[in-house]
Amino acid sequence: MIEAVGLTKRYGAKTAVYNLSFQVRPGAVTGFLGPNGSGKSTTMRMILGLDQPTSGHVTIGGHPFRQLPNAPRQVGALLDAKAVHGGRSARNHLLSLAQLAGIPARRVDEVLGVVGLQDVAKRRSKGFSLGMGQRLGIAAALLGDPQVLLFDEPVNGLDPEGILWVRNLMKKLASEGRTVFVSSHLMSEMALTADHLIVIGRGQLLADMSVKDFISANSADFARVRTPQTAPEQREKLTGVLTEAGGQVLSEPDGAMRVTGLALPRISDLAHDADVRLWELSPHQASLEEAYMRMTQAAVDYRSTEDQLAGLQQPVPPGYAPPQPVIPEVPQQGWYAPPPPGQNPYAGAPAAAPVAPQAAPAVPPAAAPAPAPAAAPDLTKRENDEDAR
Amino acid sequence: MTTPYQQPGAPFGTYTSPIPVRRAHLGDALASEWTKIRSVRATVWTLGVMVLLMLGVGLGVAAIVSNANVDTEGEPALGMGFFGVLLGSICVMTLGVLTIASEYGTGMIRTTLTACPSRGRVLAAKAIVFFLLVFTLTTAIAAFVAVVQTGMVEAPDATGAQWLRATVGIGLFVALLGLLALAVGSLIRHSAGAITIMIGLMLFPLVAAMFMMSESLQDLQQALLEYSIPSQLIAIYSESGVSESAPAGWEPVWIMLGVTAVALGAAFAVLNTRDV
Repeated sequence: MIEAVGLTKRYGAKTAVYNLSFQVRPGAVTGFLGPNGSGKSTTMRMILGLDQPTSGHVTIGGHPFRQLPNAPRQVGALLDAKAVHGGRSARNHLLSLAQLAGIPARRVDEVLGVVGLQDVAKRRSKGFSLGMGQRLGIAAALLGDPQVLLFDEPVNGLDPEGILWVRNLMKKLASEGRTVFVSSHLMSEMALTADHLIVIGRGQLLADMSVKDFISANSADFARVRTPQTAPEQREKLTGVLTEAGGQVLSEPDGAMRVTGLALPRISDLAHDADVRLWELSPHQASLEEAYMRMTQAAVDYRSTEDQLAGLQQPVPPGYAPPQPVIPEVPQQGWYAPPPPGQNPYAGAPAAAPVAPQAAPAVPPAAAPAPAPAAAPDLTKRENDEDAR
Repeated sequence: MTTPYQQPGAPFGTYTSPIPVRRAHLGDALASEWTKIRSVRATVWTLGVMVLLMLGVGLGVAAIVSNANVDTEGEPALGMGFFGVLLGSICVMTLGVLTIASEYGTGMIRTTLTACPSRGRVLAAKAIVFFLLVFTLTTAIAAFVAVVQTGMVEAPDATGAQWLRATVGIGLFVALLGLLALAVGSLIRHSAGAITIMIGLMLFPLVAAMFMMSESLQDLQQALLEYSIPSQLIAIYSESGVSESAPAGWEPVWIMLGVTAVALGAAFAVLNTRDV
C-alpha cells in the first residue's frame, strides 16, 4: 500500500508535483499515467525517498521509505533502465545490489533467469540494448522479492514479445497480492495491463479510477453529422428531430454535430423525413488514447487560472480524487472526441458519488422529452460560459 | 476506505516472500562495495597505472642515482620513492572521485539508495573499502620499492622509524588523500569536476607560491610551499620538513587525516539532505 497525501515538489520556481494525493493498493496493477514531464518520475522518486517533498508526505505500508525496516525486501523499483554502471557486468551489478540488501547471492541467478538475461549475465551492461537494460532493471526490482513494486516506464524499448512478457509479469505479481505501481505515458498499454488508473498532468491529479470506469466514461461511439453550412435553419431542424427521436446532440466548433444514441441509418432516415440534406454522416469511436489525451490536454488549460485550480482541488477527498473537472470541460476540446452526452460517466463508481450532482445538470440524462428549441440554446450557453473563462 | 477495484487476489492481501528476511548491516554494504570496486575497469586502470608509476619511477630514479654515484648527503635511499608516489597519488585521487561520482554520473546512485535507504551506510562502506584497498596496495608497493632502492643505492641505513613512515606512513597519506577525493566527489557529484578540483588542490599552492614574489606575500608564499601536498609528501620521508617551521615526520599524515575527516563529515551531512 502506497499512500501519498498532499505531495508537492518544487524545483525553484517550477512546480513539478502539486498537491498530489492518492493510494495504491495491493492486489492490483495500478497504472500511473501522464504526459512527459507531468511529474511521474518525480513522484516515484519521492515515494522512494530519493527526493524530499517540498510539502506533504508519502508512505509505504505506513512508513516513509527511508524509515522502512528492511526496505529492499519490501519495495523494489525500476526507475531508469540506464541507471547502471555500464562497465559492470549484469551479474555483478545485481550481485552488488543483493549484497547491499542482505539477499542470498543465488537469488541473483534466479532473477537473471526470470528476465531472460542468463546468457548475457557476464557481459558488461554498456553493450545492452534498451530492452535488455529494461530487463536488467526489472531484475533489480524483483531481487528482494518485495511486496511493493514500482516500475517507471517498464516497456520502453521492449519488443512486442517483451511488452507482452512485462504485461503478464505485472498481472502475475499483482495476483500474488503485491502492490504494483507502473508508470507509462501510453494509455493503450495501461488499458491492457492496469486494473486501476491514476492520471496526472502538470503535476496534478486528473483522474483516479478503475480502468473499467475509465473505459465506460470515455470510450463512446458517436456519429458526426454535418448539414449544409449555408442553411443554419436545417441544422436546428435536424437537432430537434434527432433529440425528439431519443438521440443526444452536441455541437462541434466547426458546426458539425455529434450524435449519440441513434444508429447511423436511423439518423439518415430521420434527416430524410425532415427533408434535411446531409453533408456528412460518419461513424466515430473515441479511443481511450483520445480520452486520455483530452484529459491531459485539459490540464494545460487548468494552469492558466490559479483561482480555479484551488476551486477544483478543494472538494477532492484526500487520497481519492475523481476528476470531476474533466468531463464537463470536454466539449470545448473540439478536436478530440467528447464522452457521450446525457450519461453520467461516474454513475457506476461509488467513490465518485459526490460528483454526480455536479455532472448531472451539465448533461441532463433524460434529454429526449425536452422540447427541441430548449436543447440548442442550452448548448450555446455552456459554450459561452467556457469562452468567458 | 472502500474501493471499487480491490477484487483480484486476497482482499488487501499482502505478499510474503519465501526468502528469509534479515536486516542488512554495514557488513553487507562492505561486501557490496567490494563487488562494485573490483568489477569496474576504472579500478584496474587507476591502480594499475599507480603501481606502474611507483615501480617504474621509483626504480628508475634508484638506477640513475646508483649509476651516477650521486651523494645522498647523509639521507637514506628511502626518499627516492617520493617521485613515484607523487605521480601515483594522482591515480588514487581519480579512483577516489570515480568511486562515488560515477554512481551519480550513471544514475546508479538511485538504484543503490533504493536498495539501501541508509545513505550514511553506503558512503561509509565506500570509504572503508576504498581506504583499505588503497592503503594496502600503496603500503605494499612502497615497501617493495624501498627495499629495492635501498639495495641499489649506497646510502646510510634508515632507522626503523624512517622505514615505518616510508611504508605505512606513505600508505596512510596516499589513502587519506584518496579519501579526501572521495569526499569531494560526493560533494561535487561530478567526476570531471571533482578530479579537476583535486588536481588543482595538489598543484595550485606550488604554482601560486612561485608568483608570490612581493615582500608582503612572503608569509603566504612560505605557508603554501610548506603545506602543499608534494611538500608534505617529502616531509614524511625526511626528519625535517622543507623548512624549519614546516610539518615533518608523521605530522603531514595527521594534517591530512584532519582535512579528510572534515571533508568526509561534510559529505555525510550533505548526502542525507540532498535529493539524488
